[in-house]
Order: sequence, then structure tokens, then C-alpha cells
Amino acid sequence: MFDPHKIREHFPILKRKVNDYPLIYLDNAATSQKPIQVINAIKDFYEKHNANVHRAVHTLSQEASELYEDAHDEVARFISARGIEETVFVRGTTEAINLVAYAWGLHNLEKDDEVVVSLMEHHSNIVPWELISRIRGFKIRFAEVNRNGALNYESFEDLISKRTKIVCLSHVSNVTGIINDVKRVAKLAHEYGALMLVDGAQSVPHMPVNVKDLDMDFLAFSGHKMLGPTGIGVLYGKSEILDKMEPFQGGGEMIKEVSFSGKTGRCSIAWNSLPWKFEAGTPDVSGAVGLREAVRYLRQLGMENVKKHEERLTSYAVPRMQECSEKVEIYGPTDFSSKCGIIPFGVEGLSSHDVALFLDNFGIMVRSGFHCAQPLHELLKLNSSARASFYVYNTQEEIDKFVEVLEEIGQF
Amino acid sequence: MAKVDDYISRTDGTCGKEKDVIVTFKYERRNEAVKKIRERAALKKSLAGIIFELEFKNHSFRLYSSGKVIFRGLESKDELNSILSALLL
Repeated sequence: MFDPHKIREHFPILKRKVNDYPLIYLDNAATSQKPIQVINAIKDFYEKHNANVHRAVHTLSQEASELYEDAHDEVARFISARGIEETVFVRGTTEAINLVAYAWGLHNLEKDDEVVVSLMEHHSNIVPWELISRIRGFKIRFAEVNRNGALNYESFEDLISKRTKIVCLSHVSNVTGIINDVKRVAKLAHEYGALMLVDGAQSVPHMPVNVKDLDMDFLAFSGHKMLGPTGIGVLYGKSEILDKMEPFQGGGEMIKEVSFSGKTGRCSIAWNSLPWKFEAGTPDVSGAVGLREAVRYLRQLGMENVKKHEERLTSYAVPRMQECSEKVEIYGPTDFSSKCGIIPFGVEGLSSHDVALFLDNFGIMVRSGFHCAQPLHELLKLNSSARASFYVYNTQEEIDKFVEVLEEIGQF
Repeated sequence: MAKVDDYISRTDGTCGKEKDVIVTFKYERRNEAVKKIRERAALKKSLAGIIFELEFKNHSFRLYSSGKVIFRGLESKDELNSILSALLL
């Protein structure tokens, strides 16, 4: 049985107070808190197994390598990838998308090609393509978003053509929480021979994601948003695509052989096998160990249960927020069936930062600003927004307190 | 001689179209800073002893009892320093 009150007992930080009030953490779309199991796994690694991986024959290195490889395996199974060869560890979603942009885009995109992204993307799924476009000269086409913040699928249909080489779309919007039908867009992209890259930063932590079923070519996500530590993230890629790609960065670990030829005066290099070909240098081993434990924790909870819990919280919170004050406005779609636990909102007469600071006074943490999605805010004609986002440890009681304070802000 | 920096922990530009500036006072001096500002600026409205909308030298801003201020529409860092000096020193 999924019981957030029991789950909370695993999270030491939730016992602290902020401004003399019990902490209510509603900024989970930015980062999640960490259960004691993850904290202990990292501590245990440094206390008992710390060594560099894939470098030495000694016992500690063997243990560290096993843990590191097992973390890849755990993640691969979590998203139903074919194996560890399809799960590249990176720093986070941003680096995963940059890896695709530089290692694939730089070598495969030409002047007459097009990349299609949506206007609801996080900056991390826009800026890398802009950067590569300046080097390679291809065109970026932006798929529209409806006035309620929902994706305009017809716009994708209009934009995707034979010139399209890759389509980049977030699975869940980090501003509105809306779940995009990435399978539908992937099918369309594949009909034209284009690849499909999915930003899963807000979906993988909150719902079951099966890369085979959704038929995505790349999936990027972060460990820290799914109970894991900061500094570790994942790029899933179909192995046949990763295999053909050039490496992202050069160094140790990503090579099988570097041999100097006196004849040519150069080194011949053979790349390592997947996924190590894309993991140059000493990786974040303790981060991987923490991520492994986070994935195990989420598997035990069950991702369907996680999704249902967040749906319950969202459907409980939205009407209460709407009713608590005439000044409170919720932005974006409020159809709970196609939405994760993210609620963007504003209070008339106050900036989002005023709202966040007022809530902070009561120990309630929400995000304010553009949330790294300025184009979407411009489209929705918002100067900024406040955002409450839920996770496995949030409760209805916390939402009651949040709404109570929101009601009070409405009196300003 | 007292300096504005003696009171300030952080100054952050906000994310959003508004381009506000949030000043956070040092924990140990926040009560003193809040008291001084409330004494020197004119109160326009307040709520629950937590948020105070104040006016000072034609600048409207919001002060929080937790030790933070949001300034709007400032032209430069010098302008911010000038207001803070007048409010705190």
C-alpha cells in the first residue's frame, strides 16, 4: 500500500523546520529530496568500496566497477532498455541533450536539414540545438503550443517533413505538468526518417516510462529529480544509433586503444564499447551508486503508484487553490488525466517571487520565475509564474497548509 | 564605520520578465535591518506582519519579516546601493 506518511519517514530532511514551521517541500520539479537509503548507499560506497572503475585489478576497483555497472543495469531495466549498452551516464538531462547535439548533430546535420522542437521546451532542449545550428547552419522549426499550454500536434504534423532529421520534445512540461503524447510524435518523426529525442526530466521520476513502447531514439533524464544525487543523469539511446555516433568527449575510459604510429606521426584510436564510449574520464561512481539505490526505491514503490499518488494530490489541490481566493489563478491545462503533479499559478497583484517568499515564511518551498522555459511563458503572456510540484512524500495535509497560506496571500 | 555589506548576505536578480532584485539580509542582522527599513520607509500596506509594501524616495518595494526585500525597476547596482545605504546606514 502506497502511504506517503510512511514514505516520509525515509527522508531525514522532511523532519527539519524552516522559519519555525515544518518544512513543506513543493519544489520537486526542480529537484527531489533523498531517502536515507540513497544517502546511506553513497556513504557506504565511500566507507567500503571507493576506487576508480575499470582501471585496476585490485579488489576495491573490482567492487566499484561492479556497483557502477550494476547501476547501469538497474537504470536500463527501469526504462525497459535492451541493456546497459543503451544507458550512458552523464551529469544530467542538460548534458544528455548536449551529448546528442554535439556527438550526433554536429556530424549529421547539414545546411538544408531541419530540427523540430516545441515552444514548451526547457531551455536545455533549445539552446544546444541553437548552438549547433550556428556551426552547421541548419534550421530549427518551433512547433506551436495552444493558448492553454497544451501541445499543438497539428503544428508538428505541419512542420515535420523529409528535411527533418530530429524531433525534440519534452515528455512532461516542467511548467504546466502536461503529459505529451511522445509516441504519436515519434511515429510521425519516424515516418519521415527523423530521430526522436525525448526530454524525460519530468516524466521518468513520476510515471512508468518504457522506451521500447514509446519508440524513442533518445531519452534524457536526471538522477536528482528522482530521489538520486545531483551530478548524475542518463542518456538512453538505441544501441544501433549510439554505435554509429562519434564520441562526445575524449579521454580515458572511452577508448579501447590509442596507438602511436611513427610512420604517420599520429595516434590511431579504437573506441570502447557502449556505453563507455560516451563516458570519458573518471565517472561519478558514487552518484551512480546513489542513483541505483534511488531506482530500486522507486521500483519498490511502483511507478504506477507514484503516478496515481501525484494525480490524487493534483486533483485535490487544484480545486482548493481555485476556490481559496479570487486572486489565485492556475495557469495551463487542469485536465488531471493528462497531467503530472505540477501546478503553475499566480496571485493577482503579486509577482511570483512575492508569492514564493510569502510561502517560504511558512516553511513552504515553491519555485518562482520562468523555470528555464521563457518561450512558453512569453507564449502564455506571463511575466513569470509560481510553481508547486509534488512527489512521493507529499501529503494532502501539506496541501491543506499550502492552500491556507495561499488564501492569506490573497488578502494582500 | 558601518557598511551596507555588513547587513547583506546575498543579492540576486530574479528569474522572470520583471527583472526584480531580491536582497537577503545576514541572519544575525536581519531583525535590525527589517526594523531600520520599517522605521525609515513609508508603509503603504502590510499583511500578517510578514509582508510590508513600503515606499522610500519614490521607490516602491516589498519587505519580508524573514529578512528579504524585493526591489522593482531599479536601473543599476549603484541605485540599489544608494537606496540600501539610505535605508540601513
